[in-house]
Amino acid sequence: MTSKPEMTASEIASAVAGRRMSALDATEAALSRIKQHDGILNSFTDVTAERARAKARAIDAEIAAGKEVGPLAGVPFAVKNLFDAAGLSTRAGSKINRDLAPAKRDASLIERMEAAGAVLVGALNMGEYAYDFTGENVHDGPSRNPHDTTRMTGGSSGGSGSAVGGALVPIALGSDTNGSIRVPSSFCGIFGLKPTYGRLSRARSFPFVASLDHLGPFARSAADLALAYDAMQGPDAEDSACTTRGLEPTLPLIANPVSDLRIAIAGGYFQKNVFPEAVEAVSRVAKALGATKVVDVPGAARARAAAYVITTTEGASLHLDRLRKRPNDFDPAVRDRLIAGAMVPAPMVDRAQKFRRWYRAQLAEIFKSVDVLLAPATPCTAPKLGQVNFNLDGVELPVRANIGVHTQPISFIGLPVVAVPVPLEPLPIGVQIIAAPWREDIALRVAHALEKMGVAAAPAPRGI
Amino acid sequence: MAEPLDDYIDAVSKALALPIEEAWRPAVRANLEVSLRLARLVDEFALPDETEPAPIFTA
Repeated sequence: MTSKPEMTASEIASAVAGRRMSALDATEAALSRIKQHDGILNSFTDVTAERARAKARAIDAEIAAGKEVGPLAGVPFAVKNLFDAAGLSTRAGSKINRDLAPAKRDASLIERMEAAGAVLVGALNMGEYAYDFTGENVHDGPSRNPHDTTRMTGGSSGGSGSAVGGALVPIALGSDTNGSIRVPSSFCGIFGLKPTYGRLSRARSFPFVASLDHLGPFARSAADLALAYDAMQGPDAEDSACTTRGLEPTLPLIANPVSDLRIAIAGGYFQKNVFPEAVEAVSRVAKALGATKVVDVPGAARARAAAYVITTTEGASLHLDRLRKRPNDFDPAVRDRLIAGAMVPAPMVDRAQKFRRWYRAQLAEIFKSVDVLLAPATPCTAPKLGQVNFNLDGVELPVRANIGVHTQPISFIGLPVVAVPVPLEPLPIGVQIIAAPWREDIALRVAHALEKMGVAAAPAPRGI
Repeated sequence: MAEPLDDYIDAVSKALALPIEEAWRPAVRANLEVSLRLARLVDEFALPDETEPAPIFTA
């Protein structure tokens, strides 16, 4: 059989393991789609074709020898270019990092994906040093939205959103510090999982904000998210924030009923700064799940402010030497934000970290009586590339600063979230399915249920 | 006319040995105004003295 763009990772792995399709055919099909469409989408910065073919042949040889293969056998995937991939310089969307020596070893999560049989086909475009919500990159050009190539992918994992939304690969990996998995998922109409802070190892990925950085998968179905996520779980001594919890597989639980779950709509802050499409998407999801209760989240605006302060100051500290030595090699917008971050007085950062603990306690209280919170993933569908402002209720607001207003207060305390795509016309938009810490299984279960009900779906790309 | 934050920006720029070209100054100042406004929103919220910061070092 031939690999088709609409095939999920689960279908590819099943066909490869069942000898109905070779891993090499699945890989060649992905490489061919990249060749055909990435000139427009600009989602890839590196295509690792030879490496991918070698890996695919090795899987096919194992199958021919009658050996057991992993649950992702022959599934092509790609990673945001802040993951180390052996032989490539980890550019993290920057010009400066291109001078780094090529990575000697893959990031932990690439190793785990490949141990499960997946095939790395390349590295993906991203906003410079992940300080971005647009997916625009001054050095590599913008990644483009697969549903309308004049629009943003969202960022900073823009290439990840574009590659999966454009069905070039069924799975991509990205990072999320303030929304960088959930925002591109929303704009590109795909599923994205930002796991609990500390759940997935960040070893051998280029950091941004150690206090807030998460890694996670993108896919075109909730089951594929679970498949990739389960393959990547597990402790890792090389990431000091990585949990020592054992594996907690989610795929076996994903089809369990959701009727016993207490699901509420996040109110107050999360119902402000939204365009009608975001209201409509949350409303459709809530209706399908029978959720009517609205829960106010105390301190959400301050949580967003504190996340901003921690981000700008830790980011400034990370890049201080580069700002001193090579300021003209940064994207000016990133540089000027980071320089300002270096000037925030230290007590304000300490207070932001203390507020984080207070806010965590507020959410812990809410999760005593609720299993899931629903909130918009973005205030709107994908803006135009280069768009500076949008008009909300007669008020002009800057696009960049407002794209992540609904994601930041959630990642701030590391809650697990699945962003589900609601296929509105003419463009999709995401809704956050938010669970208590370490309950990715619940968020994935709800996402899967919404998919089965036809409320959430990754639309076929129309822009390519 | 000098903006209120300019003296502060100059002083911190010197203290951190972090040069700022004149052409960047308006954008740095605008970003700093946003950062300080948001930091003040957190700052004005009273927390008990015993509150620990979120990341706790484990020896």
